[in-house]
Amino acid sequence: MSYFGTKINPKYYHKSQIKFYLFVLPLAIFMVLPIIYIFVTAFKPIDELFAFPPRFYVVNPTLDNFRDLADMTEGSGLPMGRYILNSILITFFVLALSLLFSTMAGFALSKKKFKGKSLLFEINTLAIMFVPIAVTIPRFLIISELGIINTFMAHILPLLAVPVGLFLVKQFIDQIPNELIEAAYVDGANDFYIYLKIIVPLIKPAVATVAILAFQSTWNNVETSALFVNNAELKTFAFYLTTFVTQSNSIAGAGIAAASSMIMFLPNLIIFIFLQGKIMNTMAHSGIK
Amino acid sequence: MLNRIKKINSAYLFILPYSTMFLVFIVLPVFIAFLLSFTYFNAVEAPKFNNVQNYIFILTQDKVFMQTVLPNTIKFSLIVGPGGYILSFLLAWILAQVPHKSRTVLALMIYSPSMTAGVAITVLWQVIFSGDENGLINGFLLNYNLIGEPIQWLQSPDHLMKVMIIVSLWSSMGVGFLAMLAGVLNINNEVYEAAYIDGLRNKFQEIFYITIPSMKPQMLFGAVMSIVGTFSAGAIGVQLSGANPTPQNAGQLIINHIEDYGILRSEMGLAAAFSVVLLLIIYGISKYVNRAFSE
Repeated sequence: MSYFGTKINPKYYHKSQIKFYLFVLPLAIFMVLPIIYIFVTAFKPIDELFAFPPRFYVVNPTLDNFRDLADMTEGSGLPMGRYILNSILITFFVLALSLLFSTMAGFALSKKKFKGKSLLFEINTLAIMFVPIAVTIPRFLIISELGIINTFMAHILPLLAVPVGLFLVKQFIDQIPNELIEAAYVDGANDFYIYLKIIVPLIKPAVATVAILAFQSTWNNVETSALFVNNAELKTFAFYLTTFVTQSNSIAGAGIAAASSMIMFLPNLIIFIFLQGKIMNTMAHSGIK
Repeated sequence: MLNRIKKINSAYLFILPYSTMFLVFIVLPVFIAFLLSFTYFNAVEAPKFNNVQNYIFILTQDKVFMQTVLPNTIKFSLIVGPGGYILSFLLAWILAQVPHKSRTVLALMIYSPSMTAGVAITVLWQVIFSGDENGLINGFLLNYNLIGEPIQWLQSPDHLMKVMIIVSLWSSMGVGFLAMLAGVLNINNEVYEAAYIDGLRNKFQEIFYITIPSMKPQMLFGAVMSIVGTFSAGAIGVQLSGANPTPQNAGQLIINHIEDYGILRSEMGLAAAFSVVLLLIIYGISKYVNRAFSE
């Protein structure tokens, strides 16, 4: 090594890295503790939930909390499966459509020439800062004007435009050499062929990243159920868990809350673990220039 | 000629679905909020134009806003925004100094809190910070005689803000953190080698002269994400304390204030004016940050 100190992105462990581990490891453990607490509490029997002094760990793990959660649904008249199915359907449509829309728009913004292109990109970059809860009321007015209150559309349509998603996709498509696309034009390919056969296969990492962002915001979403849908049959799993959690008393409810947090959290975690390599690849191009 | 029309048309065809959704659900709501902010609107009768009355009310008569909500928002945003941002850069930088396998595990541990969401998780925070002796933290502190009696973490105005800040910081290592990690990793090792030959002395110089300037775009992306995250996290106080307004307004942020006027009191025009104020604040900060990084 031509300079002292440690390297960025080292290949192997070296004792000079100990100081970094000493700093980051306690912090990482501290950050993951509440999540472990969710898992532990989800399996606690009732007497351990009430134990004093409160314990972090579980002695006799049980599935009671998950059973209670399912039982509470029985009482509400609708089976839990109904809410889960709603959530899966909504998440599926939001993912499919928002990926389609953002990759199409990303292709046009990056590789096509048209009037208003730079304006659209600038407004979109500005809209990354958009905070949806700040304009809840106008959004409600629009949705009721469109006549989609109390329909599945009210869950899906508001979530389709994700400015940060389009931004990441566009930056990623910028990496694809223009020559590749020009060559395809020379060979007689049209835009739809180029989009499907060249762009989409090459931007899989960006697609994976936008997919996980859209998944997190849709799967965890309770706002659309709370504001735009009154019909219980059309509400989402996340919303349904929220109502039960707020109804039950805090200590006994903690077990059920933990069980439902775990059910909500696990799909996020699993998808992230599978896609994390692709996400890091996209993030390398995420900069705002 | 025909070919040219076809070319232009297809570009518009590609942006049409996205821009329609974008216009209807993002641009239009902001525009409507702007218009409504100049009206009196109670959601029953049609909005009545009342000039800049709402803004005058906000500036001169809304004592709660000026004395509590605005200072709260500033305090919360200053700690969670820049604090979380510096922390996520620092963590990203440190993670870049260790080998791939341990980095992946550590990054996952740090990123995972940002994937938790919703009210169910706040119920767990309520148990952890519960005001009676059954709370995890109170139980721990009482057990080791560190405190004499349980602390009202979520109901006392002295502590609610602290808990809000801790919980928000905890879940703030999201996409921005990953972008900055990728940014640090992307810098070529030769840049560092050359800089050390040119007389770079230590890690601090390395960070300020090489790392940050080389990853400005990611730094800016991270900054924007942390601004958004900070202002979206506003509902946490109401969720933790279980009341809007929060006890003695201790955890009241602009977002809660908008909800309080708009949904609980049906003062839609006033709520819209607050929305405009909030969006302007976010816009102003982002412009400032943008300038700081583009120099």
